[in-house]
Amino acid sequence: MSNEWPLWEVFIRGQHGLSHRHVGSLHASDAEHAIQNARDVYTRRKEGVSIWVVPAAQITATAPDDKGALFDPADDKVYRHPTFFDIPDDVGAM
Amino acid sequence: MSVPGLIRLGDNALVLGQRLSEWCGHAPALEEDIALTNIALDLIGQTQLWLGLAGGREGAGRSADTLAYHRDAWDFRNLLLVEQPNRDFAVTMMRQFLFDTWHLEVLSALSAHTDPEISAIAQKSIKEVTYHLERSTDTVIALGDGTEDSHARMQCALDRLWPYVGEMFTTDGDDLTDMAALRPAFDAHVMATLAEATLTRPASDFAHQGGKTGVRHSEHLGHMLATMQVLPRSYPDAKW
Repeated sequence: MSNEWPLWEVFIRGQHGLSHRHVGSLHASDAEHAIQNARDVYTRRKEGVSIWVVPAAQITATAPDDKGALFDPADDKVYRHPTFFDIPDDVGAM
Repeated sequence: MSVPGLIRLGDNALVLGQRLSEWCGHAPALEEDIALTNIALDLIGQTQLWLGLAGGREGAGRSADTLAYHRDAWDFRNLLLVEQPNRDFAVTMMRQFLFDTWHLEVLSALSAHTDPEISAIAQKSIKEVTYHLERSTDTVIALGDGTEDSHARMQCALDRLWPYVGEMFTTDGDDLTDMAALRPAFDAHVMATLAEATLTRPASDFAHQGGKTGVRHSEHLGHMLATMQVLPRSYPDAKW
């Protein structure tokens, strides 16, 4: 529908020190409106300390068909994965 | 005696909260639906605080629920503005904008009230109402300065609701702050917003009155209360 508001992707930082995480999308007429809608749709229960909104049309994504070429080669080389280290509890969220 | 003034504040929040909840499931966009319902919930939360304090101070054993559900229209002390029907989205948002602008000024004044319980409720509510006003102001500007249709509807909404502005600034001994003194700040925000929204302030300052004194509510309040009160009145002490 041509008279629908554009789609925005919403990212919220749950607490200081963590990174913003994608939480969902919504429709809004402009960026400020998108922030307000994000506040109402996603942060009513103290979920966040910071909100980002990004026009969904501005996101360039990988195609599902490229999955094999992009991601599979990493799986068969165990030395690429830092699985041989114990992470101390005190490090916290990583 | 602060009870009549507290009931006025509680009734404004209650009646407008109930009005906004009528949009639940019907707003023009999902996001607006959620936003209006959130604002309704904020207002009902404020109602519980104001009416709870009023009932406690009255000392007659009436809780916030008793005051909300077991009074008739002529006992309500809300402004005529907030009982006006939703009609379309333009009327709803214009009513919200006019109320929010007044409401924030009232709460700002009350946050410095010498009575610590009153100032505490006002300070808590200001955070919510600051956001309400930001949202309704942006909506008035977006729709006023929007399409030909949205502009016409917003001007029509303003013309329809302006006669209910004057009552907000009438004041008497029951009010917890001098309402008349808040008018300049109200006018400043409204005029700046209307200019940006390309809307014209109606020339006449004729003001309907009788809501906050309870002398003459509009016919709309009784119908709204009938819907709101039917369950607790039909099944007293019902739990849900």
